[in-house]
Amino acid sequence: MTRSLASPLRALGSPTSRYIARRLVWMVFLLLVVSLVAFLIFYALPSGDPAAQRAGKGADEAQIERVRHMLYLDRPLYEQYFHYIKQVVLHFDFGFSYSNNADVADQLTSRLPATISLALGAAVIWLVVGVAIGILSALRPRSLFDRIAMGGALLGISAPVYWLALVVLALLSQSYGVIHLIPNTGSYKPLTQDPGAWFTSLLVPWIILSLSFAAIYARLMRANLLETLDQDFVRTAEAKGLSRRRVVMRHAVRAAITPIVTAFGLDLGILLGGAVLTESVFNIPGIGRLSYDAIQDSNLPVIQGTVLFAAFFIIIANILVDIVYAVIDPRVRLA
Amino acid sequence: MWARLKRDRVAVVSLWVVVGLIAIAILAPLIVKLFGLPAPDFQNSNAVDEFGQPTGPTGANPLGVDQLGRDVASRVIYGARISLSVALLSTALSVVFGTLVGVIAGYFRGWVDAIVSRMLDVLLAFPILMLGIGLASACSIGNGCLGGLITPGVPVVVLIIAIAGFPYIARIVRGQVLSLREKEFVLAAQSIGASPWRIMLRHLVPNLVAPIIVYSTVLVPQNILFEAALSFLGVGVQDPTSSWGQMLGDASKNPDQWWFMLFPGLALLTTVLAFNLLGDGLQDALNPRKRR
Repeated sequence: MTRSLASPLRALGSPTSRYIARRLVWMVFLLLVVSLVAFLIFYALPSGDPAAQRAGKGADEAQIERVRHMLYLDRPLYEQYFHYIKQVVLHFDFGFSYSNNADVADQLTSRLPATISLALGAAVIWLVVGVAIGILSALRPRSLFDRIAMGGALLGISAPVYWLALVVLALLSQSYGVIHLIPNTGSYKPLTQDPGAWFTSLLVPWIILSLSFAAIYARLMRANLLETLDQDFVRTAEAKGLSRRRVVMRHAVRAAITPIVTAFGLDLGILLGGAVLTESVFNIPGIGRLSYDAIQDSNLPVIQGTVLFAAFFIIIANILVDIVYAVIDPRVRLA
Repeated sequence: MWARLKRDRVAVVSLWVVVGLIAIAILAPLIVKLFGLPAPDFQNSNAVDEFGQPTGPTGANPLGVDQLGRDVASRVIYGARISLSVALLSTALSVVFGTLVGVIAGYFRGWVDAIVSRMLDVLLAFPILMLGIGLASACSIGNGCLGGLITPGVPVVVLIIAIAGFPYIARIVRGQVLSLREKEFVLAAQSIGASPWRIMLRHLVPNLVAPIIVYSTVLVPQNILFEAALSFLGVGVQDPTSSWGQMLGDASKNPDQWWFMLFPGLALLTTVLAFNLLGDGLQDALNPRKRR
């Protein structure tokens, strides 16, 4: 499909902008595919009658029929899909929750700040810690520091985040921990309301969530930097008489960090769609907790909303990373 | 490769741990009986306290019981079965399907490759975890999906994980085949009239074993965690079959009962760690030039 689009896009000028335009077209295509798959999963596959569930427990036949007609559920599937896309794209309408009849789109937007707070805070920690440990380890491979750091990193990628959270809560939680140190789960307050409580309630979730990512980034950074330090341009820089510090920071790290940028964009995109596991254990009222609760009561419209929302973030992050990559790394083939 | 692996002490220890875990999984009923533990789905209503809360370790239940009075120790031992079988089965499916698709795309090139690569691009950019969660939860209502064909449980979990993993294998295999197919031994096979299928299966696949082993060892621990996460969220392995992730999901609703979450978590951590260490060891053994 990209080839057929190439000719009208040639008018757009530089190869980079043509590349960006092609990625954006690809993004729209992906979003359509995801929405189609989500539609099939939530409308075509389930055997439960959505109209009956929508209408509630005490509804009689006539009420169910009315709901069926109202939600286009009596039309053929392709018409339903068209209606569904139109609602999502034009009206940002994801339907209404089964349990409390709340507008799913409103619920998603009201939950977004908590998720952004959690994801961004953790991202800062894991980026700084992961990259720093990776660099230090690569500079002294097989040293005591390297061994301890890489052992810790291996533990970090092997431990499930929700279990670490449960362990930390069992040790430190204010209500039932061994030491009563950290605030109870569910004590999240919005930043605009109470910055102090916002910070203290998110501090531990930030650390827990960032652990496995920091471990992955440290391993990735170490491996890339070790490889880069072996390359000729680093030897050239050393031969020029540059200081070790300058060789490492300005030459080697700069070349080794591009895969980290990619991973960072993708991971952040995934988390912005809801850190389901962390949010559910710490009871942080973000999108992840919303989808966890919806899964527990089989609240399909809400699950569907969170799935589409998360998919949207993941796809956007993918495309943004591609574009950023093409701009910062001239070796990327734009063809 | 085997000789190099044997010199790596950490890898050898982790290999033994993996072998031990597989033995535990296979011999689960025997081990449970040997220690005199209750069966994993036996609900002992006397074991929960007067408020219906799980109780901690006792003589009869060395690791305590869960919210239904089921023995945690015996459920953790049985959990190894699910964890390992789901992870190994889904990895095997990913590898077989990924290799097949990758070899075909790489060998035939042209329009076959174009179509396959596009589809892989879609799958790689696809939020498969989210859609898997959606699929499993949509199919948990009523009689499941497609008239009861898809209901949440082990087969759906295996399928979701396998679909999430195979594009990576396919892409790597395709890249390898693109360069392998230009080598002399393939030309030689073509010149004596070997069929494409014979060349792919007898000449190309054996040369792909090393990279495939490396990527499957990366995939296994990831898939263990994937299954645990799905089960933790309640869309994976369903009660009464015990899975570590699902036990942790139940435990997160009673977070003050430490025994309930500690032991399944430790089992999960040990297993994933052993597979990760073994994977690192195998990668080094297969790639001797890599600096450690």
